[in-house]
Amino acid sequence: MDWIRIFENTMRAFAGVDAAYFALAAIGLNVQFGYTGLLNFGQAAFMACGAYGLGLTSQYFNVSFWWGIPIAMVLVIILALLVGIPTLRLRADYLAIVTIATAELVRLVVRSVKFKRIFGGSDGINTFSNEFRALNPFQPSAQYGIWPFRYNGYTMFTLLVGWGLVVMIAMFVWLLMRSPWGRVVKAIREDEDAVRSLGKNIYSYKMQSLIIGGFCGMLSGMVFALDRGSVQPDNYSRDVTFYILTALVLGGMARVMGSIVGPMMFWGLYVFCDNFLRQLVQSAPLRVGGVTIIQSTQVGAVNYMLVGLGLILLMAKRPQGVFGNRQEMALDGR
Amino acid sequence: MADSRIYSAAALSARAALAGVEPEPGVLKHDSILHVKGVERHFGGITAVNVDQLDIQRGSITALIGPNGAGKTTLFNVLTGFDPPDAGKWQFDGTEMSKVSAHKMAVKGMVRTFQLTKSLTKLSVIENMKLGAIDQVGESWWNALFPLRWKAQEAIVEKRADELLSRFTMGHMRDEYAGTLSGGQRKLLEMARALMTQPRLVMLDEPMAGVNPALKQSLNEHIRSLRDEGMTILFIEHDMDMVHDISDWVVVMSEGRIIAEGTPAQISENTSVIEAYLGAHQGNTMFEEKH
Repeated sequence: MDWIRIFENTMRAFAGVDAAYFALAAIGLNVQFGYTGLLNFGQAAFMACGAYGLGLTSQYFNVSFWWGIPIAMVLVIILALLVGIPTLRLRADYLAIVTIATAELVRLVVRSVKFKRIFGGSDGINTFSNEFRALNPFQPSAQYGIWPFRYNGYTMFTLLVGWGLVVMIAMFVWLLMRSPWGRVVKAIREDEDAVRSLGKNIYSYKMQSLIIGGFCGMLSGMVFALDRGSVQPDNYSRDVTFYILTALVLGGMARVMGSIVGPMMFWGLYVFCDNFLRQLVQSAPLRVGGVTIIQSTQVGAVNYMLVGLGLILLMAKRPQGVFGNRQEMALDGR
Repeated sequence: MADSRIYSAAALSARAALAGVEPEPGVLKHDSILHVKGVERHFGGITAVNVDQLDIQRGSITALIGPNGAGKTTLFNVLTGFDPPDAGKWQFDGTEMSKVSAHKMAVKGMVRTFQLTKSLTKLSVIENMKLGAIDQVGESWWNALFPLRWKAQEAIVEKRADELLSRFTMGHMRDEYAGTLSGGQRKLLEMARALMTQPRLVMLDEPMAGVNPALKQSLNEHIRSLRDEGMTILFIEHDMDMVHDISDWVVVMSEGRIIAEGTPAQISENTSVIEAYLGAHQGNTMFEEKH
C-alpha cells in the first residue's frame, strides 16, 4: 500500500478547489441557517445561478465573461425573492420545503430540451471560460506549489481565485456577524416574535440574509464552473446541498472558521477513504475467510459508508462540530 | 385595605387623575395615552375579543385582569400588531395604530413583553439588552461592514444597557448566556430589554408568572419605578396581591368584553367581577380576604 500517495492526495483534497467551492457555499448556508435560522435546502440552486450566470454570457448573450457576475447576481436576487416572499413570513419549515423543490425545479428547467438554446440542456455549457483562462499567470501544464500541495498551473489559478474569495467572503461575514446587524439576525434565529416586539423588521432581515447567503452560493458555483470549464445541470442536484450542509455541521455552525475548515475536512476524509479503499482492492478483492468483503467496483459505495461512519463518530464525540461552542449547543434543550 | 405605604408623587398624581373617573366599563380618562374603540377579534365562531371602548390613563399603572380565556392576551396581541383585528381602531398618543405593523410599535413608543418569556437563549444577557435599542446605525447590513460608523452609538447603547442591568440587579450576569438564567431572571431581562426601546407605554403580559415571592417584590418595585419615571404601564396579571399592591386602575375582562373598571378598591366590591371569576351566586370570598 502506497501511504505516501494516499497522504499526498488527501492533502491536495484538503486544500483543493472542491474544498474551496464547498467552503464558499457553506459560508452562505452558515449565514442563512447557522446565524439566521433559515433552513435553505436549495443552496445548489444559488450555485447554479452563479454557474449559469457565467455560462449565459457565451451561450446566450454573447458578451464578455465579466458580465457573468451581474447576470448571476440578478438571477440570485430573483431566486431569493421568488422563494422568500411567500415563505419568509411563515415558519422555518416552509422555506425548507420550498427551497428543496425550487432547487430541483431550477435543475430541471436548465437541463430541459425546451431551453437547450439558452441553458445548453443536459450537455451544459462549456464555452465561457476562455477569457478566464487567458488571465492565468501560471503555465497550465507545469506543476506548482510545495509538497504535498502540488497542483498544475490551471488548478493553481482557480485555487488562488477560490481561496481568495473564501478569505474575502469570510471577512465580510465576520464583520457582519459582530455588528448590530449580526445581533439582529442571531436574535431572529432564537425568537422572531421577541425581535419583532423590539422594533425590527424581521421579514426584511431574513430576506437580506437569504440574499447574502445566496451570493456566497453564487460565488461557489462560479468557482466550480471555472475550475471544470463547464456548467452541467446535474452538478447542482440535491445531494450537493446536503454534502455542503454536512460539511458545515462538521465544522461547527454559526462560526466563520467552521464553515471553512468543515469543507476541508469533509474532502480530506472523502479522498482519504476513497484512495485507501482503491489501493486496498487494487490487485485483488479483499477477502476474509471465504467471504468477499469489497471489490474494486464497490469502492464508491463503500467509501460513502465510511465517510458517513466517520461523520457519525465525529458528531458523537463533538456534536457542536470542530469550532462550535458546546455550551451554546446545550442551551437548545431548554 | 390598610394602606400605610408612602406613595411617590407620580403615584399620587395618577391616583388623583383617576379619582374622579366613574368606575364604569369603557369610561374615558382625563388624559389617555391609549384609546381603543370597537376592537373585535374572532377565531372561527368564537369571539375572543369584543372591546367597545377602553381608555388608558397616562402615567398610571393599569391592571388587566379576568378569568382564563377572557381574551386579555388576545387583546394585547391585537393592540401590538401581532394579531390582526377583525374590526376596530386604536390610537396611541393620538397616532392611529390599527394599520401599523408589529415591528413599528416599539419605534413609536409602545413595547410589550410575552406571557411565555422570550429570552434569546444563545445571546448573552448584554447582547439581549443591546438588541432592544432602536434606530441603530449598525443594523443596516451596509453600515455594519464599517465599524467606525456604529462603534460610537454602540458604546452609548451598551452604557445604557449596563445601567438598566444594574438597576435590575443583573449586572453580574451581563456576559452569561440568557439561556442559563432562571425563569424569574428571564422575566427581569425581558422587561429590562423592553425598556431599552425607551417606551412611553409598557405592556407586560403576566410579569409575575413563575416568579418566586422574593423576586416578585422587587419586580413590583421596578414596575412602580417605571411609572415614577413617567411611563405608562398596562399589565395582565392573575396575582391579585400584586394587582392590589401596585395598580392605580383595574380593567376586568370576561368572555372578550370589558365588564368592569375602577380603582382596586372599587373592583373588589364589584359583584359582576366576582360573578365573572366564580360564576353567579357563588359568594364573595375572593376579595373579602383583603379587607
